[in-house]
Amino acid sequence: MKGLNDVILRTATKVVVVIILAFSIHLFVSGHHNPGGGFIGGLAFVAAIVLLFLVSDIEKVRNNIAVDFKNVTALGVLISVFTGVGGMIGGKPFLNQVFGSVNLPIFGETGMATGVLFDVGVALAVIGASLTIIISIGEDR
Amino acid sequence: MNNLIILPVIIPIITGMVLVIFRNNIWLHRFLSLLATVLIGIVSVLLLEQIRTKGIQILCLGGWEAPFGITLVADMLAVLLVLVTAIVTFCCLCYAFSSIGAERERHYFYSFCLFLIAGVNGAFLTGDIFNMFVCFEVMLVASYVLISLGGSRIQLRESAKYILINMISSFLFLVAIAFLYSMTGTLNMADLSVRVAEAGQGGLMTAVSLLFLFVFSLKAGLFLFFWLPGSYSVPPTAIAAIFAALLTKVGIYAIIRLFSLVFYHDPGVTHLFIGILAAASMVLGAMGAVAYWDIKRIITYTVVVGVGFVLAGFASFSLVGIRGSVYYLIHDMVVKALIFLIGGTVIHLTGTGKLREMSGLIRMYPKLGWMFFIAALSVSGIPPLSGFIGKIFITEGTFQSGYYWLGGIGLITSLMVLYSVMKIFMNVFWGYTNLTEDMQKGTTRGLLLPMAILTLLTIALGLGTEGIHEYVDFAVEGLMNPNLYIDAVLGFKGQ
Repeated sequence: MKGLNDVILRTATKVVVVIILAFSIHLFVSGHHNPGGGFIGGLAFVAAIVLLFLVSDIEKVRNNIAVDFKNVTALGVLISVFTGVGGMIGGKPFLNQVFGSVNLPIFGETGMATGVLFDVGVALAVIGASLTIIISIGEDR
Repeated sequence: MNNLIILPVIIPIITGMVLVIFRNNIWLHRFLSLLATVLIGIVSVLLLEQIRTKGIQILCLGGWEAPFGITLVADMLAVLLVLVTAIVTFCCLCYAFSSIGAERERHYFYSFCLFLIAGVNGAFLTGDIFNMFVCFEVMLVASYVLISLGGSRIQLRESAKYILINMISSFLFLVAIAFLYSMTGTLNMADLSVRVAEAGQGGLMTAVSLLFLFVFSLKAGLFLFFWLPGSYSVPPTAIAAIFAALLTKVGIYAIIRLFSLVFYHDPGVTHLFIGILAAASMVLGAMGAVAYWDIKRIITYTVVVGVGFVLAGFASFSLVGIRGSVYYLIHDMVVKALIFLIGGTVIHLTGTGKLREMSGLIRMYPKLGWMFFIAALSVSGIPPLSGFIGKIFITEGTFQSGYYWLGGIGLITSLMVLYSVMKIFMNVFWGYTNLTEDMQKGTTRGLLLPMAILTLLTIALGLGTEGIHEYVDFAVEGLMNPNLYIDAVLGFKGQ
């Protein structure tokens, strides 16, 4: 798709994309206790990329983000499954998770959970799958 | 708690995803996908031994105990089916190596086969009805891809129907689960069994159970099989064989599981209804098999007869009948894969599926011919092959429960199936050889080995019935006595 020649959209996008990406990360991180999580965070991330697709063309974005999104999906699923497998170490059941708090230099006392790794996998899988779908529909003309 | 149970589900997922990443290395695809099925086979043999010595094994995912978390339950029936799934898939994958074509191989054929297996194994092993829905979906999404992979015109037409039918049945599945949840407040199948037993299976509950029966009938091809002959005859042979061997069996398994564990209080209504549907699908399937003169059509209709037969035994709801069902279910998975592979090979060699246009193949392909002969006898239940033992127990079971008509229909349709497969054998393999060297459309190179494995397996299952007797009896005991299942799942809390 050739990009839209719209000055307002182009200018706004430069700011808005950054905001959407930041918001998607916020959604992802807050997912552990509040509404949000890997799936929604991933979808918000995809929204930002789709906006870039609309404004510049798909080729240009693909050249700048040089990854095959099918591999991103596969990697995401593998991360999630292996987080589950990690739970099996030490005779615990599959998908068992560990939670603890660590004292980090800047953030101070921070809660860390292996469940987040699972969510990273979910987010990557969602991003990869939705972008693959959108790109293949976009190219199919 | 036993982590082995999750392995048959995650091995194919991990392997499939690794294959997606290494897309261009076809040899790696072949090797890893075979390795995955072998590993699943080994895991299920280990599980069989553990169940035999220590009883039903369970795994509460993430340590969330039943009935709150998702529980995987490995009982004898489920693990036997997982084992047969692994063997059948192994053979179909071997067959695919030299028949599926480079184009399909590059387009993730092996990955989607493995995802299909993950869904099938998940549906067998799960102890949670919503999880079963999810596994059905995993399996179906993979099958949507496999059925339309290649994108020829007829494939797209049939896959559109197939997807529509399955969308509707999945929707109704979800509705049925919602009804059940609103009435009992639980989704864990053991817990469901306890609560349905406490509250009694009233009219409303029976109605919901019939909605489940409708959904699974649509998926298993029990009476509602109108979509089946079309969609099973369009994909390439290896895929059609996997579908015929596995997909309908998951529906059958779901019916058996649900109506032996949860809705077993009113067999006068539900099980009689299953019996009527089974009889109808046997009769209609056998009529289809007799009527058609196209090899693919005939063998797809024998799938329908097989579904009817397994559930006829289950409908009798007697020890002997269910034992027959379990034997026949295992036999049917093996022999349907075999007969689809052979049928597909014949079409591959001659370039046509029409019986009247070919003859005398046995002169050029004696091995193929005799393997088909054995498979044909096995499908129709001739001793000493594997179909015999199942049929005899099923017939005995239906007679014991007083369903003489059901047993009678089973026997008559067996004869009709025998006629229709012999029709294939006589027309295709006997007679004057009209196929010359240069008219052949392909060779059997690389195709015979997987078929030989399955043929040996059907002979071994027939002659070595004693060998698996103990395991089958264990499975039947679990089905007839739901308390064993419930104790294994819910009694775990005390430890």
